[in-house]
Amino acid sequence: MLTEILTGLLVLLGGFFTFAAALGVVRLPDVFIRMHASTKAGTLGCGLILLAAAIHFGQIEIVARALAAIVFLMLTAPVGAHMIARAAYRSGVPLWGGTVIDELGRGQSRSARRTAAEDEAERLDRSTVTNRGATTSST
Amino acid sequence: MSATGSFLAWSVYIGFGFLILAIILAFVRLVRGPSLPDRVVALDLLIVLAVAFSVLVAIASNVAAYLDVAIALALVAFLATIAFARFAERREAKVGHSTERSENEC
Repeated sequence: MLTEILTGLLVLLGGFFTFAAALGVVRLPDVFIRMHASTKAGTLGCGLILLAAAIHFGQIEIVARALAAIVFLMLTAPVGAHMIARAAYRSGVPLWGGTVIDELGRGQSRSARRTAAEDEAERLDRSTVTNRGATTSST
Repeated sequence: MSATGSFLAWSVYIGFGFLILAIILAFVRLVRGPSLPDRVVALDLLIVLAVAFSVLVAIASNVAAYLDVAIALALVAFLATIAFARFAERREAKVGHSTERSENEC
């Protein structure tokens, strides 16, 4: 009885969080802010529903399977979001009008306002994208 | 659905309702998204919602095999997200800032 109530509460909470994630993806103004909603709230909702399944079944192999799925989801969601965000920023998706700071400094005299973070990002990107020419990238 | 837990049954129904509304909203963003990364974000959210839906089906029907479906779907979702992000970035590198890239190289 107690496990049923706990499972029901977790399912309700997970459903609410996934709904909030989808609502944020529709309503928020910018790709990066939308990603904020989709990644965090979506992963939390899915993890709560997986936890509800683990409590509902209660056998050890199913609990292990659900926990492995939760760990995998929480491991891959930041990596995927980082890849999408980098692709979006580099392909020139316009930022929201109310953006306070753009630390990579796109737009205004890019070569003059070149920051250390941009240097680091570009160096990392070049070393991962093109495997050839390791000597030129190291110099 | 077991007849004993009526609270669990109702909460699973309400969870299905929330998930269906969320999938409809994600489709709205997928259709309306102004750029390619918007659609990639919508697809990513859509696959996460499909994983949650599959787990909810596993709870509702007491069949644990749907959890395996959820795990395989999460794996495919990760690979698809990475591939879409690489595709968007490659397309940008080929079309968009080719002159700027070559000027930065030297």
